[in-house]
Amino acid sequence: MAFEPLLTRNIHREGSESIDAYLASGGYQGLRRVLKEFTPEKFVEEVKTSGLRGRGGAGFPTGMKWGFLPKGREKPRYLCVNADESEPGTFKDRLLIEKDPHLVLEGIIASAYAIECNLAFFYIRGEFHQGCRTFEKAIAEARARGFLGKNILGSGFDLEIIVYRGAGAYICGEETALLESLEGKRGYPRIKPPFPAVVGLYGCPTIINNVETLANVTLIAERGSAWFAGIGRPPKNTGPKLFCISGHVKRPGVYEAPLGIPFLELLNERAGGMLHPSRPLKAAVPGGSSMKILPASKCDVLLDFDSLAAAGTSLGSAGGMVMDTGTCIVGALLNLARFYAHESCGQCTPCREGTGWLVKILSRLERGDGRPEDVGLLADIAFRIEGNTVCPFGEAIAWPVDSYVKAFREEFEDHARRKACPMRAAAGA
Amino acid sequence: MSLPVRPETDRRIDDLLARFPQKGSALLPALYLVQEEKGWVSEASMEYVAGKIGLSPAFVSGVVSFYTMFHRQPVGRHHVQICRTLPCALRGADALMAHAAKRLGVKDGQTRADGACSLASVECLGACDRAPFVQINDRDFGPVDPSGLDEILKRLE
Repeated sequence: MAFEPLLTRNIHREGSESIDAYLASGGYQGLRRVLKEFTPEKFVEEVKTSGLRGRGGAGFPTGMKWGFLPKGREKPRYLCVNADESEPGTFKDRLLIEKDPHLVLEGIIASAYAIECNLAFFYIRGEFHQGCRTFEKAIAEARARGFLGKNILGSGFDLEIIVYRGAGAYICGEETALLESLEGKRGYPRIKPPFPAVVGLYGCPTIINNVETLANVTLIAERGSAWFAGIGRPPKNTGPKLFCISGHVKRPGVYEAPLGIPFLELLNERAGGMLHPSRPLKAAVPGGSSMKILPASKCDVLLDFDSLAAAGTSLGSAGGMVMDTGTCIVGALLNLARFYAHESCGQCTPCREGTGWLVKILSRLERGDGRPEDVGLLADIAFRIEGNTVCPFGEAIAWPVDSYVKAFREEFEDHARRKACPMRAAAGA
Repeated sequence: MSLPVRPETDRRIDDLLARFPQKGSALLPALYLVQEEKGWVSEASMEYVAGKIGLSPAFVSGVVSFYTMFHRQPVGRHHVQICRTLPCALRGADALMAHAAKRLGVKDGQTRADGACSLASVECLGACDRAPFVQINDRDFGPVDPSGLDEILKRLE
């Protein structure tokens, strides 16, 4: 059976962000079905059966996460939507927020019903000005049509949603940093456990889900778990997925495909192949900047959680970045190290000091002041950051450093030996 | 004592305080309101917001300094931000930045003396499909090459 793109079914239509366009394409039918046919517990089960895994990066099963909420109702429960998309190479949530906000909103409402939450927060990165305006408008439209507010569609279920703008800190995409930020503080990640499902926003049980995850909940509401579980590579890699591809390709963009699409198909057929015909593929990062790099020889992989884990990297946020043979790998890693040094929240010493140290070493290698021992030192610093920080930010820099050095060690050593960047020397710079 | 902000801003901050289950959550949106009115967040603004929410000015200052989108100094009328992170760098962000600095007559991170514009290279703006990507105030542009940037700037002037 041919794959039917549903997450992106509306985005190319004129005025796709309006509620009228969404309703015309059958929108909000899934929510009607959930409110009418499911108890909250039953819809949690439905999402569990679908096999949906979180699309924010970690790939944790969504229904199972919802199931971690404590049974009692002494405190309110909150749903926080993670729309703080900030990982270099990742821009899929922005597309949904700007082009089909109601697809996301419908999933938020169905999910809030499932976890019995009456106040949800849409934490959106501050730089997404357009997305922020679009989503605010979508909320107003949904309220005017009875999909939000008191007694939604006569079901007795009440829900309000507050749009909350971040202010330019990448770390606030980490779920506990997001909560701190929502409480009006610096975005310092919290030590887990306790997990947010038990102690989250304002000390209350809280579920944090990614934008794309919630858009998938809309599809499950509309078509059912059996349909969802039949797409992709069951049993653990089910459903449609948005894949980003950027860098040296002809058509950078967001492409929808079942989980498990071959990377080379995404690159050559969807993204139009390499940007410059004379410069073949050198390396790719399949899952966003924090994931391990694959040299071209290892790029014949399937894009799903388990295949990429077996290949020694991760699907992450599916933010694919492509580099051709004109790319200096040391320079590319320096660029990323600068990003992580800039974005480290500074709470943990290994990350705060380590990222700055990495930038220093990579800078001197690039400008021709490197030392032979620098190559080993990079890997050593990465090793000392990994696992020694409150949140996964440590891994987010340690994994690239370790994998870039392992896959392209000669290029790093060449920089140190020649006391120059060979690429720049060849270009006459 | 007169208010350090317009009465309208003061009223909107009161609305925020009523909106959230805990008052602290009003901090980021309140700072945005002040910045919207003044163009930046001064010490006096921080003291005012701290007083409204019941926080210490030092706490508010700590929060402001954590987030890059709160300006602790005035920025230009056109705040030109050029993304420099890897996907944009692979598509020519460095050359675009050098061109912008020359064209605007201002260095990275600085505001022109006449207050017309400021220029900043920034970390990932999350639009890698439109690399190299530029954000000017709240508007998005991409992909932008040097001549494209000239046209955008001409339209804004």
